[in-house]
Amino acid sequence: MLTQGFVVLLSHWRRHKLQFAMLLLGLALATALWSAVQAINGEARASYARAAAVVGQDRLEQLARPDGTRFPQSGYIALRKAGWLVSPVIEGEKRFGAERLRILGVDPLTLPSEAAQVNVGAADIGLQRFITPPGVFIVSAETAERLKGVETPPLRISDALPPGMVLTDIGIAQGLLDAPGQVSRLLVAAKQPGHARPLAEVTPDLVRRAPPEESDLSRLTGSFHLNLTAFGFLAFAVGLFIVHSAIGLAFEQRRPAIRTLRAVGLPLGVLIMLMVVELLVLSTAAGLIGVALGYGVASLLLPDVAASLRGLYGAEVPGTLSVRPSVWGLGLAIAVAGTLASAASRLWRIASMPLLAPARPRAWSLASERALRLQAAGGLLLLAMAGLTVFLGSGLVAGFASLGAMLLGAALLLPIMLSALLKLGERLSTRVVAQWFWADTRQQLPGLSLALMALLLALAANAGVGTMVQSFRQTFVGWLDQRLPSELYVTTRSLDESRKVHDWLSSRSDAVLPIWNADLRLFGQPVQVFGVADHATYRDHWTMLEAVPDVWDRIARGEGVLANEQLARRQKLKLGDAIPLQAGVSLPLAGVFSDYGNPRGQVMMGVDGLVRLFPDASRLRYAVRIAPDKAPQLAAELRKAFGLPQGNVVDQETVKAFSLRVFERTFAVTAALNVLTLGVAGLAIFASLLTLSGMRLSQLAPAWAMGLTLRRLALLEVLRGAALAVFTMLAAAPVGLGLAWMLLAVINVEAFGWRLPMHLFPFDWLRLLLLAVASAALAALLPALWLTRRSPADLVKVFANER
Amino acid sequence: MLLDLQDVSKSYPTGEGVLQVLRGVSLALGAGESLALTGESGSGKSTLLHLAGGLDRPDSGAIRFEGKDIAGLGDRDLAAFRRVSVGLVFQQFNLIPSLDVRANLAFQARLGDRYDAAWTGRLTERLGLAGLLDRYPEQLSGGQQQRVAIGRALAGRPRLILADEPTGNLDEATGDAVLDLMLALMAETGAALLMVTHSTRLASRLGRRLHLAAGKLS
Repeated sequence: MLTQGFVVLLSHWRRHKLQFAMLLLGLALATALWSAVQAINGEARASYARAAAVVGQDRLEQLARPDGTRFPQSGYIALRKAGWLVSPVIEGEKRFGAERLRILGVDPLTLPSEAAQVNVGAADIGLQRFITPPGVFIVSAETAERLKGVETPPLRISDALPPGMVLTDIGIAQGLLDAPGQVSRLLVAAKQPGHARPLAEVTPDLVRRAPPEESDLSRLTGSFHLNLTAFGFLAFAVGLFIVHSAIGLAFEQRRPAIRTLRAVGLPLGVLIMLMVVELLVLSTAAGLIGVALGYGVASLLLPDVAASLRGLYGAEVPGTLSVRPSVWGLGLAIAVAGTLASAASRLWRIASMPLLAPARPRAWSLASERALRLQAAGGLLLLAMAGLTVFLGSGLVAGFASLGAMLLGAALLLPIMLSALLKLGERLSTRVVAQWFWADTRQQLPGLSLALMALLLALAANAGVGTMVQSFRQTFVGWLDQRLPSELYVTTRSLDESRKVHDWLSSRSDAVLPIWNADLRLFGQPVQVFGVADHATYRDHWTMLEAVPDVWDRIARGEGVLANEQLARRQKLKLGDAIPLQAGVSLPLAGVFSDYGNPRGQVMMGVDGLVRLFPDASRLRYAVRIAPDKAPQLAAELRKAFGLPQGNVVDQETVKAFSLRVFERTFAVTAALNVLTLGVAGLAIFASLLTLSGMRLSQLAPAWAMGLTLRRLALLEVLRGAALAVFTMLAAAPVGLGLAWMLLAVINVEAFGWRLPMHLFPFDWLRLLLLAVASAALAALLPALWLTRRSPADLVKVFANER
Repeated sequence: MLLDLQDVSKSYPTGEGVLQVLRGVSLALGAGESLALTGESGSGKSTLLHLAGGLDRPDSGAIRFEGKDIAGLGDRDLAAFRRVSVGLVFQQFNLIPSLDVRANLAFQARLGDRYDAAWTGRLTERLGLAGLLDRYPEQLSGGQQQRVAIGRALAGRPRLILADEPTGNLDEATGDAVLDLMLALMAETGAALLMVTHSTRLASRLGRRLHLAAGKLS
């Protein structure tokens, strides 16, 4: 009985191969985009976890200054003498050729066993070699590849290190970082002897910190990955519309078979079970294809994502993917869950269908006005919820929930809006063919509405995200002009060289402005503090979002600091609030500046104050003011005089170009996902039109019999696709605007801490409209071509049961 | 002669080879005449009707309408012929589901630029459809749908009405009423009628009757 029932159910797919292919393809594509995002996120998170786990930082308590600055290693010696089992670590960044690497210096002799992921005593490294100059650099294979041809100590490869990180001896690291006798923190071994003197007595300036639950990197990049996840989910939702549509059609087409199966004695429960099994098999197959496809998409997107993460956060993510069981598991689970969710209402309808219910294969397309009104009411409710969430809720999750509610609400409202528009078209038409065209299009709506809803989501996402990106770009370009007014930017290689370069430049340029900075922990977050000189460059070019009237004078006098927008927003800072720079040293907030593209908090203060408060601040970089036409020659002379590499003396344009490149790569992934989502929506329309085309014949044949040619009917079919795309775009436009506003005013602020002005780009919207029309017309083209190739014999079959 | 079929043959490819449906059929129909075509299922009645209405083309033979051979016309001209000269009534009614009764009634006449509001109004009254004009086909009974189909076929005052089992889906009383109405209206317009039917009772009510068996007239 089971076999026979299953054979009957499956025979549908044998007779409807294209429908079957569309179902598999829709589900596979939906899963693919979702899995691609998961694979990328998984790779990135694994890399952050590796970075956080190096030398046991994620498991061991640490001793450090409250502000995170380095301290003399005498503190370490004092603690060891007092009986504490601690081990020193120094951390900092250093450029090797074109590569900027994170140096982690450890003392292999005192490193707690929990922290020793890399055995430096191993034969290929050797303890002696590790601790004596030139030392050994332990790096990942990817970093080793990047350092080929660059002068470094001997390299050893370890899987335990993430890309972009170097593990070396603390003495070697102190030399490389120009920090002799300094340490960043002390690792505290888990087991301590009981007799040690209290910490507060030995090193009162150090605080004991529990291992962080989440690394700084994973906290910083959280928003980026959440954005990607949201996009992946949107793509999945769009794909699910295809699945819902295909399953719905298949269930309705099989109603007669289902009725017959029940009539010949197959129990309803068994029938439902068989259908669930069928769905499970289908979704598992499609899920497997989807995850495999997803890895393909991810491998194409990962280089851009890795570049974005490096450019934005300094986060190193390997450029290659590893196969993760979690991605496969999650991909399959979401494919199965999505399919079952799509089929739930159909299964319920089958379960509650009376045995003798009439088999009406087209019943599904005759959605009642009541159902449409209910759907619209649901849509309005979701829109209201979106509005409430955005104004009453807070946080990124609330922002995305609001976005989701808005998109889904708009999608649910689409059919009733289209129906009203088409009705209006019918009323306004005076010619009979036009009247029939609008009426017939309205009749197709129930069958196409899911695909059109998917198109609405894709178009709104494209329009909204496109507007956000372009607004961001326009603001970013203007902001770069403000932030990078100097003609040259110089990076020296040592403090000594820095002083000499400064002196050399002072007599040859209009101004040499230090770009000195130190890292500190402020409000528990890593923050960079920069020192600025008292110079017209800043007064003339920097636009403050808010500031006290004499802001630059106060900065110059060391009576205040500036904070970037993201820090001010995150900490809800107001002008005049005290910014605790060091224990017992606070300065009032004198102004807030915009700092687009930088996820970290940043503070600016007078350069003298910086040097006084942070003697270890990096003092290697300068901005040089000079007449623009003299800049190239000065750059060349400077390189020659100090033997500076090309990359250490760059002009304004190069820095801007680099910043823009980072920007473009960041949004390359978004653009790719946008196009893919639109592609899935296009496929949804194609799938719907294709499955509907079989039923269209009975609707078109009377019009043909009464004197419309097949060619004209086919042309009208293509026009119908285009018209529906135009109307859907009209509906998507306000949704896109709303989406753009929410991305700029809510999501960006929550995720990155900056709020951008919204600009409109009519030509981009026009291009999107043309793209939508073209894709819908293209989707309608194949069924239309098939129609023109129909023989009269096929068409007259509609009218006769015999020949 | 309004309609003149000479030695018309038609075959269809099937899974089991070529099916010869019509074998050298000839018939003629004058203006205002009515002719019933009877025969068993599969005898080729509907095919003959479709060929006469320009819905399909014969393999061989000639089909002349008012002296002009329509078998050789291209798609565009055949469509124009159907728009202007032929009214079709089918067993399954085949109304346009997306249009209401009013629009269905006027559809073919407007397509062929032969719409006459006064005549359509009269037809509507005669067919008893005045109260149903805003309804859609799915909201009508079978008899009502067939009356709309007859109205649609006659609205453009075509010279030839082709009806394929027009009462086949209706009960006997409703079928008789529908046929009465159709014949009366045709008498008013002067159109000729070629009707396919299984029923000898209905066939006897038309002017002439021909029987088709195995693709040949007898």
